[in-house]
Parts: sequence; C-alpha cells; structure tokens
Amino acid sequence: MNTFTDSLTTAFSLITSLDSTLAGIVVRSLAVSATACVLASGLGLLLGAWLGVSRFKGRGAVLALLNTALALPSVVVGLVVYLLLSRSGPLGFLGWLFSFKAMVLAQTVLVLPVVTALVRQTIEDADRSHGEQFVSLGASRFIRSLILLWDERYALLTVLIAAFGRAISEVGAVMVVGGNIDGFTRVMTTSIALETSKGDLPLALALGVVLLAVVLLLNVVIGLLRRWREALGDHPAERVVPAT
Amino acid sequence: MTPLFQVQSASVQFGPVCALADCSMRIAAGERLALIGSNGSGKSTLLRLLHGLLKPSTGSVSADPSARQAMLFQRPYMLRTTVQNNIALSLWLRGTDWRQARQDALVALERVGLPDLAGRNAKALSGGQQQRVALARAWACKPAVVLLDEPTSSLDPTAKREVERLMREFADSGMSLIFSSHNLGQVKRLASRVVYLEHGRIVADLPTHDFFNGPLPAAAENFLKGELG
Repeated sequence: MNTFTDSLTTAFSLITSLDSTLAGIVVRSLAVSATACVLASGLGLLLGAWLGVSRFKGRGAVLALLNTALALPSVVVGLVVYLLLSRSGPLGFLGWLFSFKAMVLAQTVLVLPVVTALVRQTIEDADRSHGEQFVSLGASRFIRSLILLWDERYALLTVLIAAFGRAISEVGAVMVVGGNIDGFTRVMTTSIALETSKGDLPLALALGVVLLAVVLLLNVVIGLLRRWREALGDHPAERVVPAT
Repeated sequence: MTPLFQVQSASVQFGPVCALADCSMRIAAGERLALIGSNGSGKSTLLRLLHGLLKPSTGSVSADPSARQAMLFQRPYMLRTTVQNNIALSLWLRGTDWRQARQDALVALERVGLPDLAGRNAKALSGGQQQRVALARAWACKPAVVLLDEPTSSLDPTAKREVERLMREFADSGMSLIFSSHNLGQVKRLASRVVYLEHGRIVADLPTHDFFNGPLPAAAENFLKGELG
C-alpha cells in the first residue's frame, strides 16, 4: 500500500512539475492518436455515409466484415502493419517501420472500422427515418449522404471522440510497429507497460493518471455536447418513422 | 390533355403485405383530391407511389413530366439549421444558386406568414410552425401539384386551421392538391374529389358532393357512419 501511495505522490509531483520526459510522451501520444483519428475520420465519415445510404448486392457481407473489424485486436493490426512495412513487405520501400508514421498508420487502420461502422449505423438510421423526405426534395443518393452527414454532425462528433478514445488507449499496435523507442516512438501506453515491467511505478502511474484524465476529458466533452444539443431543442431520440 | 397522373392496375407489395392492390385512377390538373380510409388502408402508399418514392410491384404509374411536384409529410423533417436555410436547401437541390435560394426562401416565408422565423433553429419550432415551414418549402419550388400526407393530423386546432387556409390558398392559385386525411370536415371543405381506400383497394372514387350525399358501396358507407356518427 505504501508503495502505491508513494508512487502516486511521486506521480503527481511529476505531473505538476511538468516533467519533460512525461510531457514528451504525452504530447507524442496525443499527436499520434489525433493524426490517426483525423485520417480515419476523413475516410470513415465518407465511407460510412455511403454505406448508410447505398444498397448493393453483397452489402450484408460487407457490413458483417466491417462489424467484425470493430473487434480487431490491436496487436493483430500491429502485426499486419508491421508485415506491410517491414523491409520485405509491400510497403517496405517507405521506410516507415519504427517511426511516428508507422504508429499513425497502425492506429488509423485500427480506428477506421470504428468510425465507418458507427457512422454507417447513424446515417442508416437517419436515412430510414427521414431520407425519403430528402429524396422528395430532389436529393441524389450522394447528396443525401452528405446532407445526413452534416445534419447528424453532433451525433458524429461523439463517434469521433469515441474513436480517439480507442486510439489513445491502445497499446498493442503502436508497440509492434513503433518499437517503443525512447524519445522517438514511446507513447503513454507503451511507456506504462515498459515502466511497470521495470518497476518504475511512479512514471507508469503518472502516465496512467494522464491517460485517465484524457479519457475523462473526452467523456466530459461528450456530456457537454449532449447537453448543448438538448439546449438547442434538438432531441436525438425523437425519430420520425415514415408511414406505410 | 395530359393527366397529372395515370395509374393503371398498380399494386405495391411489402414482403407478404399487400399495401396497394390493383389501383387504377387518373388525376387531372387543378383537381383537389382527398384520399380517405382507415389506418393501413394504403393512403400514404398511394401518395408515395404517385410521388415516385415507391415503384409499383405490378402495373404502372405515369406522371406528367412537365408538372413539378412537391410533397408534405405528416411530420416534416427539419434540418439542424435555420428555417431560411431549410427552405433554401430545397431550392438549391433543384438547381437554384445558393444566394438566390436564400432570398427566395424569405419570400416563401412571407407567403406563409412566418418571416420572423427565418433565423430561428428549425428544430426548435412547434409542430404547426414546422408544417407551415414545410408548406413554404413546397411553395418555394413552384410546384404544379402538392401531395400532402395527413398534413394536419398532429396539429392543434389553431395550427390546423392555419395549414388548411394555406392549402386552400395554394389550390386557389392553381396548384393541384392531393392529400390524405382522417378529418372528414376538412375533406368536405377542401376536396373536389374523394377516393376511399380499404385494405389497399379503391372502393369509391367520387366527386365530394356525391361521396357525402349519394349512395356508396357498403364499406365506404360504414366508414362514413363510423366517422360521422
């Protein structure tokens, strides 16, 4: 217990003194996950919106694959990206392995199915509920998907925040493709794993506290968004079901 | 003269459910057609079929391509933006330049008596106001025919009167109206022709005066007795 409280005290002093090692790791973590989320969101929003409004042969199989990808273990993603980026792999010529870019790529691959699947569900629900009214106004399928994407922006912000939460808290993929190199590819989660194995609990705990704070902040943002939507008179639960 | 709509032996099947069966009708320009019948009788399906939102499983539906259509839904959907943008979007989707569309939207709002709401969040409006904005959205597109799916069913009496007044004014200005309703008083006041549907079939198709005063098939007679009695 003493070890825990001592470690916690040291952890807080590291945080309050803005320890440079700690700060470097935190900034790198945020940069990797934010970049990955921006890339995954750019692609996932469009892909999800298109899947939400389109109907084609084999769509069920695509959705089943997509939903399966939601549960992709991060180490498996790391392994696949590692094989792609390794010297003998198809993307080996890029020379990205054990770099910031490799970690971004791995987290993008990890988060893309999350964004795509949740956006698809949101847009499909909205389209089923009132897409017919946009068709009536003359919107093509593509325009409809963009309108719905824009109209569901508050709900989708929650999706993006959840995706960032998934990216920032994963350890397997960045460990495999980043290599946990000190000052270069070491991020919060890989650092926690390493410091714990070394017995340096204060730094591991300090990083754990920061990680928790980031996740807490994300939850606060989601809560504020929800309250903001309600204050605007926008009740997301209220859906219009078309008559038959 | 080309009819607005020509429906020939059209049926609509939703899986095992037959929503519309062997319907045939012709609708001319300038008509005020009311579709009545109990819930699930096929009124909304027929409206959606005429508007092109549904394709017939069998039979055919043809619409005059030169007659622009607009449709109002029972609960119109408003985008999460201003009232003015909601109307402007419908014009932009039909090819109007965005700046012009926003100006035309203000004119449409004047037409339905809601110019003060232009900058308001459309989501925060009452049901009656949303329905009037939807009417403005339809009117702005200068349609030849407006299809309305129970436009006043969820409104309070004041909003109901207001929407009905606008419907009459639209019709008086030359637009054709095709609307479904459970309100027989409204049907009497607005319609020139009544179509009664039951289990997806057209049971009666008569001028309004004849429908309410003349002999009717037993099913339509029972429906009227139930509604008026």
